[in-house]
Amino acid sequence: MPQSLVTLAYITAGILFIFSLGGLSNQSSARRGNTLGIIGMLLAIGATALGPQVSSYGILAGALGVGCIVGAALAARVQMTSMPQLVAILHSFVGAAAVLVGFASYLDAGTHAEGIEARIHEVETFIGVFVGALTFTGSIVAFAKLQGLIGSRPLLLPGRHVFNLVAFGICVYMGVGFVGAEMDAGVTPLLVNTAVASIIGIHIVMAIGGADMPVVVSMLNSYSGWAAAAAGFMLSNDLLIITGALVGSSGAILSYIMCKAMNRSFVSVIFGGFGADEGKAPARASNAPAGKERSIDVADTVSLLREARKVIIVPGYGMAVAQAQSPLYEVVRLLRDAGADVRFAIHPVAGRLPGHMNVLLAEAKVPYDIVLEMEEINPDFPSTDVVIVIGANDIVNPGALDDPASPIYGMPILEVWKAKTCIVMKRSMASGYAGVENPLFFKDNTVMLFGDARKNVEAILADLRSKHTGAAA
Amino acid sequence: MKVAVPKEIRPGERRVAATPESTARLIKLGFEVEIEAGAGLGASFGDEDYESVGAVIVKDTRALWQTGDVVLKVQPPEQNLILGVHEADLLHEGATLISFLWPGKNQELVSRLAARKITALAIDQVPRISRAQKMDALSVMANIAGYRAVIEAASFFGRFFTGQMTAAGRVAPAKVLVIGAGVAGLAAIGAARGLGAIVYAFDTRAAVKDQIKSLGAEFIELAVEEEGEGGGGYAREMSEAYVKAEMAMFAAKAKEVDIIITTALIPNKPAPLLITEPMVRSMKKGSVIVDLAAENGGNCACTLPGQVVEKYGVHIIGFNDMPSRLAPTASQLYGSNLTHLLADMGGAKSFHIDLDDEVVRGALVLQNGELMWPPPKKEVPPIPVVQRPSRPNVPIVKTEVNPRKKVAKKAGPGTFIALAVLALALGAFGTIAPAAFLSHLTVFALSCVIGWQIVWNVTPALHTPLMSVTNAISGIIIVGGMLQVSGPLSAPSAVLGAIAILVAAINVAGGFLVTKRMLRMFHR
Repeated sequence: MPQSLVTLAYITAGILFIFSLGGLSNQSSARRGNTLGIIGMLLAIGATALGPQVSSYGILAGALGVGCIVGAALAARVQMTSMPQLVAILHSFVGAAAVLVGFASYLDAGTHAEGIEARIHEVETFIGVFVGALTFTGSIVAFAKLQGLIGSRPLLLPGRHVFNLVAFGICVYMGVGFVGAEMDAGVTPLLVNTAVASIIGIHIVMAIGGADMPVVVSMLNSYSGWAAAAAGFMLSNDLLIITGALVGSSGAILSYIMCKAMNRSFVSVIFGGFGADEGKAPARASNAPAGKERSIDVADTVSLLREARKVIIVPGYGMAVAQAQSPLYEVVRLLRDAGADVRFAIHPVAGRLPGHMNVLLAEAKVPYDIVLEMEEINPDFPSTDVVIVIGANDIVNPGALDDPASPIYGMPILEVWKAKTCIVMKRSMASGYAGVENPLFFKDNTVMLFGDARKNVEAILADLRSKHTGAAA
Repeated sequence: MKVAVPKEIRPGERRVAATPESTARLIKLGFEVEIEAGAGLGASFGDEDYESVGAVIVKDTRALWQTGDVVLKVQPPEQNLILGVHEADLLHEGATLISFLWPGKNQELVSRLAARKITALAIDQVPRISRAQKMDALSVMANIAGYRAVIEAASFFGRFFTGQMTAAGRVAPAKVLVIGAGVAGLAAIGAARGLGAIVYAFDTRAAVKDQIKSLGAEFIELAVEEEGEGGGGYAREMSEAYVKAEMAMFAAKAKEVDIIITTALIPNKPAPLLITEPMVRSMKKGSVIVDLAAENGGNCACTLPGQVVEKYGVHIIGFNDMPSRLAPTASQLYGSNLTHLLADMGGAKSFHIDLDDEVVRGALVLQNGELMWPPPKKEVPPIPVVQRPSRPNVPIVKTEVNPRKKVAKKAGPGTFIALAVLALALGAFGTIAPAAFLSHLTVFALSCVIGWQIVWNVTPALHTPLMSVTNAISGIIIVGGMLQVSGPLSAPSAVLGAIAILVAAINVAGGFLVTKRMLRMFHR
């Protein structure tokens, strides 16, 4: 296949990728979008394989085949609750590939240019390897944290900002040495660069705690895109540049949305632990809400639900951990059959991945038109009879609105306390990820249903079912 | 012109036809007002209150009646047992009487008044048209009766109306069924909702469904369809099939609810029987029925007019003096109705009976002793809401200043400086960089803009699929690996390229397939 045809195929693939992302603008066109993406990818790989630069088909087919089988197996097996881990580990692969392509490109003697072009190529390679390595190790740490292989508490080394700065300085210094160096002399700075970037990646993600993971994962998503774009520059390949830029901006937008949903700047998420700013006293000591929470049992919860006309359910990561979504939807179905208006309210940072809750609810067969975003549903809380908060904490903390001393002050939240009754399902009175006491629990119209979310939801379901037949008259 | 307001003599009647407030307005209209001593006591108005607005207190009942040109009363005139004389006979000849008269069933009284050459206006006959709403004493009384019915029910009911979570446990809310959603029914719904009960309401007229819902009650619909609008805002009698379905529904609801308030009336007919004795028996012990139709025979089989009976553990309240039990408010609004009517009739200066005035003509029973009732028939359209009770306890939601807005950052001068520096750097770079690189840079910049545009359109619900699909397409780096892999097998670039292909292929296959799996789960 001549180069011109390959270029044409690349352009087509690039357009298909754009349509693919565009298709995700709503649920009805999303599947078509994914299919367009697949077609684009097949086109790109096919055109490259048939292009003039590829000859060793044996290795290609082998690597491609093994990779596809592994990928397909991962995709088929993964639990929806484990989606964040999968996404994280896939990011690490892109990072790894970017590093490998960078090295390969540098070591490939055939593509050497002269003068300014060579210098630019070296800078591109260096940056590509840096971003790739950072993405690789950062994603692996994110994966390990999400998978629970290492603790999700932020690891805050003393002087960690200085550490990052020094490390970055080393990379820049190595970069200066690398550009313009002879072939063999350049390998060492590039290796050092890789190693230091890897350490930075590990260190940055280690310092970030569980609930900030949506930001980190989307940030790594963005980086993996930039890594691909950098690879495109070093290989003079427009398709890689286009795709990398698409992915990079997508991840950047997601990070931005997540940060906005927590009312925090990107920098403070990446470089600062939550509520752990140096020199600031922990919030819970200063403004522990006075009062006593009230608990409720399953039977009373059921009778509250049976009397309610409008119910809103606010799921959080706790629901995912307890795997309560399927029995929860059964409860919703029974209530809806009985004529109640039951909907779900999703906070942008609920879960460990942007849109994670939506996927979990979709897996439980919840129709997507009763799953609403924060902005859509917040005005409805005052007219709601019962709100069930299941496994969520900070996203329903009224302190974010009215307590300027709260570390999460200014974060947009679901205003659940405006409903007539608010039932909070929780394992214990422990505070949420941000380490902030939640005044919601002490409000007059809030009751706590303690215990494992799944067990409680199943008990509610059983109770509802037993009375369902009796009350049909 | 003298307006006389005698003390009501019906036992238990505590209302009065004028309050100090309405007296002041009457005086403003040019009337001289005389109030019988102690007339307002039942409604908590003292003689001195009337005097302070300019009324004359008259101790002698006979003198009051005889000097009054216009006599205002609540109840129709009746035999005064203390004086041993009928009130109608106390009026001076040619005087005007305004009160409740019910000319349909008080024919004897009407002829007695006719003999005295009286001009009589029955406030209960004021037509239900929009202009007459301010004189519609029936709606006033119905509104009060509906409210009071709930209060009476509450006093006999041994539980909270509102559900509560207390430290000691949960209290379930009371369930109230209101039958008939006229003015009284709607007032009862409003009051019961205000107390926090769960309220169901039923009416044969579909037009009231929205009003019921707007007050926060649930409208019970029957499977049988039939319109019960009977003109003038009243209901009519329904077909047999409908009544059967209706009774079955009442029987089912009787077992479920704690309180039933019935307000069903059909003009010129005895009240329909809706709650049978077996239904009462099937109710929970401690339940309460308030029968606002008691005076007209009652909607409940067990009702005794004017009394409270307890049967099968259920209290059945048949009071027919509900408005009198809220005498100050009833008097205030009734006095206001009468003032509006008198103003409509020209005040003191040009007081006259205008037969072309639809309101006056409707209420006019006798003109100088001549029978004017019933007025010539005229089609009266129903008024959807005659007097709407105010909505119960709707919390006023304060519009808070969104804290996000306060915290939101604006692009400061720093942003512009950074942009300017970037532009300069790009410009400098552009002069030395090769053309090929610049074309790549162009592609890159354009792609960023496109990506930025399309990703903002992605619905937040699909952010996870977005991540996995971008994951898959960022596997495009596989192309980079493919471009490196060809060469001698021993070359390091080929090995690195092969590994890159392997990991990127995992990404491509895994990303697309898991996206597909996820998207398949989303359904409407």
